[in-house]
Amino acid sequence: MIARLVNFFGDDHYKRARWVLLGVVLAVIVIADFLVPRPHVDHIWEAIPGWSAVFGFISCVVIIFVSKFIGHSGGIMRDEDYYD
Amino acid sequence: MTEWLMHPALLMLLGALLLALLRGTWQKVVSVLVPLLVLISVALLVPGRSGQLSFAGIDLVMFQADPLSLVFAWVFSIMAVIGNIYAWHINDTGQRVSAFLYIGSAFGVVFAGDWFTLLVAWEVMAFASAYLIFASANRAAVAAGFRYLMVHVAGGVLLFGGIVLHGMQTGSYLVGPLDHGQGGLAYNLILISFMLNAAVPPLSAWLTDAYPEATVTGAVFLSAFTTKTAVYVLIRNYPGAEVLIGFGVAMALYGVVFAVLENDCRRLLGYHIISQVGYMVAAVGMGTEMALNGAASHAFAHILYKGLLFMGAGAVILMTGRRKLTELGGLYRTMPITLFLYMIGALAISAFPLFSGFVSKSMIISAAAGDHRAAVTLLLTVASSGTFLHTGLKLPYYMFFGKDCGLQPPEPPLNMLLAMGIAAVFCVGIGIFPQLLYGLLPYPVDYHPYSGAHVTQSLGLLMFTLLAFVLFLKYLDPEKTISLDTDWLYRRGAAVFMWIARHPVLLWEHMVVTLGDGAGLRLLHRLSRVSLRIDTQVVDAAVNGVAQTARRTGMLLRQLQTGIVSHYTLAMIVGLIVALAMPLITGLALP
Repeated sequence: MIARLVNFFGDDHYKRARWVLLGVVLAVIVIADFLVPRPHVDHIWEAIPGWSAVFGFISCVVIIFVSKFIGHSGGIMRDEDYYD
Repeated sequence: MTEWLMHPALLMLLGALLLALLRGTWQKVVSVLVPLLVLISVALLVPGRSGQLSFAGIDLVMFQADPLSLVFAWVFSIMAVIGNIYAWHINDTGQRVSAFLYIGSAFGVVFAGDWFTLLVAWEVMAFASAYLIFASANRAAVAAGFRYLMVHVAGGVLLFGGIVLHGMQTGSYLVGPLDHGQGGLAYNLILISFMLNAAVPPLSAWLTDAYPEATVTGAVFLSAFTTKTAVYVLIRNYPGAEVLIGFGVAMALYGVVFAVLENDCRRLLGYHIISQVGYMVAAVGMGTEMALNGAASHAFAHILYKGLLFMGAGAVILMTGRRKLTELGGLYRTMPITLFLYMIGALAISAFPLFSGFVSKSMIISAAAGDHRAAVTLLLTVASSGTFLHTGLKLPYYMFFGKDCGLQPPEPPLNMLLAMGIAAVFCVGIGIFPQLLYGLLPYPVDYHPYSGAHVTQSLGLLMFTLLAFVLFLKYLDPEKTISLDTDWLYRRGAAVFMWIARHPVLLWEHMVVTLGDGAGLRLLHRLSRVSLRIDTQVVDAAVNGVAQTARRTGMLLRQLQTGIVSHYTLAMIVGLIVALAMPLITGLALP
């Protein structure tokens, strides 16, 4: 069973099914976020449905590009034999 | 009064002695049985103090248990069992003994009631853990091990200095919250040494430098104990130290940024230790009951899921002999169980609902939100996205999926899978039954993680992180590079030091020698010749002259002593006459 589950995520054969699954999951999450009650919020943005989805997407993009920019332009990434 | 005989540190120490004497299967059996015994002893421990003694006028409390120390003791003993099952297959007495000493000293810190007991345990922990790095027995590991020791010994010196100053100022050596108003040298020295062990940047490079060089089994222990004992002592001694909030948030993001750049799988996980400990450090800084509960519970959950992640990465390294993401890929076909168990750890660290991180990490973020710290809340949420991006997506993608590296390694030995399985059960168990963990926490818990909005918000954050990952995957491809960290200062600093030694210092020495051999030496020779002349012609002549005179006078006096009684009688009569005549002569002389 584990092997089948793992193969679903690995094999090219299931590529289309994976996209469909991802789309369905994302849609369900966003719809659910609109439906759940919010009796108490600490910050205003927590009251906006779908806020965390947008925030997660933007966070991830920012992390990828800002980190790579710092790594390349900031002189942090060096050849593997730098200290040798 | 005899509770200290059940002290987990003592049991681990005795276990280490026993392991050193045993070999083969017996050694393996004892290596798992003793941690099980420790687990039972922790279950039987009751809060209280024992092992109190007075040494040189200082009150020592070698064993002090309260709910905070017990929550750490619980997870340390569980991890001791899991780690030793994971290491069942190795035949290396040194590693087993040092792992026992390391875990034992971590218990020593957690149960220390006074600063000196804590200091001794702290130092043992540094040396015992260093062996797990040296045991890799290759050039890079030995060099990293020495750097690791150097940094931790320096931290130990700061701690010692801080303890002595603190004791002199307050007269007490008992651990407990330090006076924030004090803010003096003692307060800061101890804080810096704790921050060093908690891997707070810029004092964090030792972790990502050394952990990836440790042995496969050693790194599992390392990932669990050093940083978490530091979190424990911070909760114990620095609750509400606001400076820690900024450091904690910076740590959480710092680990995420460096993890993007990293190619070595265990170094990437190391950066995420820093990131996760950042949540705990920030929570200690907030200092509310909920935040401190969050720090303790996140440490608990973190030890188990991070142990699981290191076990998964270690299994791949053991079976393939490779550790760089650029050299791995496509392993899902032959190592599906390892991947499956690794992913449970990855979902736990990413705080997916039903996994342990969801009930612990969210407690810290909720504590920040409840405390109206908007920036802290948002930045820690960004770091949560980054955590899933790396440990849940990037690392497993490039290790198990991605470009096929052409290797077909089998699953690791059964004991390793069993250890990972146990850790996975805890990761899921805590997530489903959070009350089991909440019941252990130092303060009463009034927190319910499974509200509808919390679940949908968490899933939204994480699954849209996944969407961004899939869309921008090609920009994340690992590169064959290393990242410069603050260890650059002492790794390159050592080169600068050696350059100074080889150039200016050597030049100076050369100059002094040349000067001495040339002009200096000639001057010295001339001076010594003059001094020799003064010695022989003036000093010696004077001494000889005095001696000659004394000898001659003695000879003359000796001739007066004839030994004949009549001569002496004659002399006495002459003397008498002179004596009698003297007044007469003087009397006559008077007018």
